[in-house]
Amino acid sequence: MTLLELEGVTASYGPVQVLDGVSLRVPDNGAVGILGANGAGKTTTLRAISGTVRAGGRIVFDGKDIRGLRPDRVAALGIAHVPEGRGTLGDLTVRENLRVGAYLRKDAKGVAQDIDYCLDLFPNLQNRIRSNASALSGGEQQMLAVARAIMSKPRLLLLDEASLGLAPSTAKNVYDAIRRLRIESGIAMVVVEQNANLAFTLVDSATVLETGRNVLTGTSAELRGMDEIRRAYLGG
Amino acid sequence: MDKFIQLVVDGLSTGSVYAALALAIVLVHQATGLINFAQGGLAVLAAYVAWWLTNQGVPLVLAILLSIVFSFALGALVERYLMRRFERGDPDTAVVVTIGLLTLITGVAGWLWTYNNQQFPSLFSLETVSLLGVSVSIRSIGTTLAIVVVMVLLQALFAGTKLGLALRAVAVNPQSAAFSGLPVGRLLMVGWGLAAALGAVAGALVAPQLTLTPGMLDNALVYALAAVILGGLTSPVGVVVAAWIIGVLENLAAVYVGFIGFDLKVAVPFILIFVVLIVRPQGLFGRKVVVRV
Repeated sequence: MTLLELEGVTASYGPVQVLDGVSLRVPDNGAVGILGANGAGKTTTLRAISGTVRAGGRIVFDGKDIRGLRPDRVAALGIAHVPEGRGTLGDLTVRENLRVGAYLRKDAKGVAQDIDYCLDLFPNLQNRIRSNASALSGGEQQMLAVARAIMSKPRLLLLDEASLGLAPSTAKNVYDAIRRLRIESGIAMVVVEQNANLAFTLVDSATVLETGRNVLTGTSAELRGMDEIRRAYLGG
Repeated sequence: MDKFIQLVVDGLSTGSVYAALALAIVLVHQATGLINFAQGGLAVLAAYVAWWLTNQGVPLVLAILLSIVFSFALGALVERYLMRRFERGDPDTAVVVTIGLLTLITGVAGWLWTYNNQQFPSLFSLETVSLLGVSVSIRSIGTTLAIVVVMVLLQALFAGTKLGLALRAVAVNPQSAAFSGLPVGRLLMVGWGLAAALGAVAGALVAPQLTLTPGMLDNALVYALAAVILGGLTSPVGVVVAAWIIGVLENLAAVYVGFIGFDLKVAVPFILIFVVLIVRPQGLFGRKVVVRV
């Protein structure tokens, strides 16, 4: 079953057209990568899904047209967006960030269990549970951003450049944890990533964007090491 | 010694006036991330509404309750139809808008009810009781206790409740809050409504002491901002303690420090602000904001 389907999605910032007909299909429990160079429209595609940018075309989640919905309504349907730049709540402690993530949930017991699960998934956060999020290291903030997203028990996770600005070993830790999350929870994912090799450790398939259009779509095995991938990044 | 204690007690009583307003400022800052200069104006307007209602024969307590409800609605409407236009832009612009709002509200109050001083009935008796050899008015005790209750409630709201957490989250990062499903617009309205309602409580508590005029809280607003800076923007307990410190020090300095006297006592809180900003910029009780780059 298809969980999320984008068809001919367009979006622009003022006069600049950023998305020019992007299509994407995410099956239940699937993980799909969006690859491409800077400015190709990767982040904007995620923003179109989560309702933070006005978009045209068709965006259907779980059989429901969600295009034009407000971000909090999209979140309430079960889509959690981990934005570029992490978007942690700096003035709040780690625990408070996690509680905000669970804002829409009414099952106090489940929330407590999921906080424990997050701390097990990201042990670094355990010692920082009372620290303000703004005092965390970049890697810890990224872990907190993912943890906050999964606290809402989403069916779909939108992950934007989770490796950005992190040391390679930290980036690998973050992706290891997200892969474990995927296996254990079955949450579907859309993964935007500069580092294609890192993305392929997580996703089953991917699409390559160039100036707001899909230029190549395939399974990870097909795409891995293809020249087009290199070309899309280097523009050569 | 009796004189000293009397000065301290009187200082606590004026400090409570500043504290009432300072709490409202903290509330709106925690809930929207802004310093709201219109806070005093909204409180004065609420006091006028209560005063007008009592003149129509409404019992005082009911009139104050109605003015609180009125203020909640007005605060929410101001957010929805005025502040929302500026929330996405530069925060400085929004702050300037609140200053404009203060001027507007003061003008409207003066236009509707004139600039003459009006006698606002007190919730508490004016009789004095003797405590530790000094005389304290029941009104001062009542006002101070009411402020403490409000402070405890606010602290509990922000530290212990889901609503308080949500209000803070929206103030810190509205977009991230929305990604977690928080209805940002509605929470901002609630934040402004609560702050205005708290302002109405403050207005009703201090109006009998200051007598009701459109500019009744202009002075107190300056002291309240001093208390907010001194106590730390994030701490209800902090700003109340700071407001008391300011009230007491101001009184003591006027009497015991020769060259200050009653003419220069207004400078005392500002000297304090300078010292605090240099030594402890997050305020005495505030949480330090660390920004990593």
